[in-house]
Amino acid sequence: MSTFKTTRRVATGLVAAATATFAMQANAGGHGIDLAGKTVEWIIPFSETGGSAKWANFYAPLLSEALPGEPTVVVKFMPGAGSTKGANFFQEQSYDDGTLIFGSSGSTQFPFLLGDPRVKYDYADWNVVLASGTGGVAYLPPELAAKMDGMDATPLQGEDFIYGNQGATRLDLVPTLAWEMLGLNVESVMGIKGRGDGRLMFERGEANIDYQTSSSYLSGVTPLVEAGAAVPMMTWGALDDAGNIVRDPTFPDIPTFKEVCEATPACETSGEKWDAWKAFFIAGFPAQKMVFLPNGASNDAIVTYTAAFEAVKARADFAEISGKRLGKYPQMTGEAAETAKASATNVSPEAKAFIVNWLQEKYGVSLN
Amino acid sequence: MEVIMEALPALGDAWALILQPVVLGYLVLGVVMGLCIGVFPGLGGIAGLSLLLPFMFGMDPILGLALMVGMVAVVPTSDTFASVLMGIPGSSASQATVLDGFPMSKKGLAARALSAAFASSLFGGLVGATFLTVFILIARPIVLEFRTPELLMITIFGLSMVGILAGRVAIKGIVAAGLGMLIGTIGEGASSGDLRMSSYDFPYLTDGLKLVIVGLGIFAIPEIISLLRQDRAISREAQLGGGWLDGVRDWFANIWLSVRCSIIGVVVGVIPGLGGSVVDWIAYGHAVQTTKDKSNFGKGEVRGVIGPESSNNAKEGGGLVPTLLFGIPGSGSMAIFIGAIALLGSGQIEVGPAMLKNNLDITYSIVWLLALANVVGTIICIAASGGIAKLTTIRFALLAPFLFMIISFAAFQSGQNLMDLVALFAIGFLGLLMRRFDWSRPAFLIGFVLATPAENYANQAVQIASSRFRRGFEEGIDYIFSPIVIVLLIITVLSVVLGLRQAKNIMAEGDVQSGSKRAPLVFLLVITGYIAYAFYDAASIPSYSRDRVFPMFVASVCLVGCAFLIIRMMLKPETDTIFADRERNGEDANAKHGLWPTLAWFAGLLILTSLLGFILALVIFLFTFMRFRAGVSLVFATIYTVAGLAFMCGMAWLLNRDFPPGLLQEYVDLPWPLT
Repeated sequence: MSTFKTTRRVATGLVAAATATFAMQANAGGHGIDLAGKTVEWIIPFSETGGSAKWANFYAPLLSEALPGEPTVVVKFMPGAGSTKGANFFQEQSYDDGTLIFGSSGSTQFPFLLGDPRVKYDYADWNVVLASGTGGVAYLPPELAAKMDGMDATPLQGEDFIYGNQGATRLDLVPTLAWEMLGLNVESVMGIKGRGDGRLMFERGEANIDYQTSSSYLSGVTPLVEAGAAVPMMTWGALDDAGNIVRDPTFPDIPTFKEVCEATPACETSGEKWDAWKAFFIAGFPAQKMVFLPNGASNDAIVTYTAAFEAVKARADFAEISGKRLGKYPQMTGEAAETAKASATNVSPEAKAFIVNWLQEKYGVSLN
Repeated sequence: MEVIMEALPALGDAWALILQPVVLGYLVLGVVMGLCIGVFPGLGGIAGLSLLLPFMFGMDPILGLALMVGMVAVVPTSDTFASVLMGIPGSSASQATVLDGFPMSKKGLAARALSAAFASSLFGGLVGATFLTVFILIARPIVLEFRTPELLMITIFGLSMVGILAGRVAIKGIVAAGLGMLIGTIGEGASSGDLRMSSYDFPYLTDGLKLVIVGLGIFAIPEIISLLRQDRAISREAQLGGGWLDGVRDWFANIWLSVRCSIIGVVVGVIPGLGGSVVDWIAYGHAVQTTKDKSNFGKGEVRGVIGPESSNNAKEGGGLVPTLLFGIPGSGSMAIFIGAIALLGSGQIEVGPAMLKNNLDITYSIVWLLALANVVGTIICIAASGGIAKLTTIRFALLAPFLFMIISFAAFQSGQNLMDLVALFAIGFLGLLMRRFDWSRPAFLIGFVLATPAENYANQAVQIASSRFRRGFEEGIDYIFSPIVIVLLIITVLSVVLGLRQAKNIMAEGDVQSGSKRAPLVFLLVITGYIAYAFYDAASIPSYSRDRVFPMFVASVCLVGCAFLIIRMMLKPETDTIFADRERNGEDANAKHGLWPTLAWFAGLLILTSLLGFILALVIFLFTFMRFRAGVSLVFATIYTVAGLAFMCGMAWLLNRDFPPGLLQEYVDLPWPLT
């Protein structure tokens, strides 16, 4: 069997080399791959029902139009083990002809950063072609929001808060850590299946603090705010080019957590706790969703996909059609995507150690 | 009044939108596609909607809605074919239909059962839509009254249906339900992610078992194997009795049952978080409780078909409320539906709290498109039912390989893992033994379905309530004992008391003779062993984690039950009902083929798949089965194999699905569909 394999590998290698040479000559000026008549599989490591599915279903038809040869782009769902199953699968794939791409999310990044034993993938091996950012907004019932002293959250420190939590190691660790830093006593009710369920719990009056990512906030919470049933508390903010946290462009009137923290004496915007929070915020939100080509992808393929996503962004109607579904956030390609990937998949050992220890102490979750 | 004044013009607009020829055309197209997909068990609306998604981008909203709603609406209608004709629960919506629908088919009354089911579906869909037209205006505040304790109480009410379906030995039914719940808790706990009965070294089980696999395994495989052993057609009568008109007449004679079950369907469907998985059981329980002569249930009582079928289409309508008004999908297909709506047009329809205010006409269009799709779908189904019912007169050996193929494919779609097939086989084997020893499989399935909500809601209610109690005793009591909870509590207690009194008459598994002591005792001991191990396994989770509480509680109740059963087995003579064993007497005992050789065929497909991949395995399986087990001619076997393969590949290609790879594919890269 092994001789057979070697022969095969040599043969494919030769063929690949020949094709590559041929392609180089054919596209000497253009550098690109032609996908005419092919089917691009876009693997999403979640079920058909989540936010990543929405995101991929939004991009898939646009990508299909923008890629050379207009291939069919099919979104393939491979849920399991909190998205690590699909990511592990993608790790095992080698680059073939550029018809396989992968969409990862914050929930794929966090287990990677925290050293979850199920993770067998390495972001360093993958080639990013698009990074989509998002933001998050925390909100309160009106009577509790009224107790806040401007941006100072100190008067809320005596309240008993209930929060519907999707899981201690999920994106929810960003809000729960933020609230803890403000000195709020928030009890997490576990076993929520999505942030929509958390919002429902808030609407039923069982939870009295909640957060949603931007697009869900726009569609699900804004009507509640208008009806006087909810008041925004703070956003997680957005990153400027220098890496500072600034107001979220989608919600310029809502203060950021950083501002609230500065106004609250119990909270500090420095020290290991703040650094850890910021590191995981960056990993979870400004580069929440990314599209990758597998290990060993040719430069031509990366260039082709980058150009395609740039063409999508350049559509005249892009701002209009993306605004509602993705929010006003950067859709990064090329250098910017590389930078986003680097910041989303690297946290300092101190920040990691702090969070691992915090999860163990607060929730009894052991990540070994 | 003001609300209604606003609603009427919107309702008029909605009808103006719907009644355009092109919209109706798209609706019919959606219905036909939905019927084609829904007929095959285990695929359901998710597969169909995913197929439509690429076309939704920028499509005219009303056309896109017509197409999608048409498809979603008829899946619970067409899955009735598999439930009634083959005893295979096509989706979670038609599990209860199997109990009486399939025995009717065996009696040669398939067409009658089908048309009664379809008439009920149609009526349920219409009642649902009418009810919703008014209710949707006032639904929001009512739905918000259903907090965690109320949801927990509904779950417990659903579980109380086990009382009715427990079978002749009530404790056995309770242990069966408990076993289902324990199997439902396998995997990562929802609270802190602690593992139950699984490990990260063997990742398959950490996600838990899927309903598709458990439903197909527990119901379909035992029935297929049993029929195959007897080597006859599904219908015992060569001449099919009862045309489709009889079924419609049956439905009309029970119209009030149909009304009540439709209302049950809408109301339970409206409550977010439970989905539709309990509705049909509650409706079935209601049908049983309101029937004077209960002796026919489980043996082909038409009321047992009318009840659940009236509720499951009404439920789809009810499920629109959480989906459209809260943006919270009631089921997997509704989740895709929400995603797809965002793609329509320029994305102007925003599902969620603002839906009623901004898009009332669209909301009404969806409600009535659903009703209309039901009408169209039902008419097509009734028209087809007479012909399709003839399937029950074909020799079963010709159908079985096809069914094995479909079931394996459907099971594989749930996790895209070869282990899906192993799990299907394992659960099928358990189902086979439960059927043999007269352990209630419906009770097991109810336990499995409700394990997750029961555990989550119980943990959450306890946690929230204790926070309320810290604030004040009265606040805590108010939270737990709301009026809705008290009403549900009374209904549940009544239903359990009545149910247990009646359970002896209702043989969910049919009449089973008793025989020797050894085999039933061994089975009981194995079950007890598993439960004891599950207890030990949960107990070894650290004590601060909530993930241990529920499995430990369920396992302890079951262990007490098992102890009672073991004592009873020791004391009673071997003629006691507790020793029921199908291999002793009746159809199975006199079957032409043995249990093990028949099971070996299916095991062979599994082993071949693990070696050669699904498609190559199918080639060998279909051909050898036809040639040697069914004993048909070489030519026929070849044609059958080719047709089966063409069908399988065509469907997978259309739905863009893969097949399970085997060992061979590790070494050699093969082109699709051999991969």
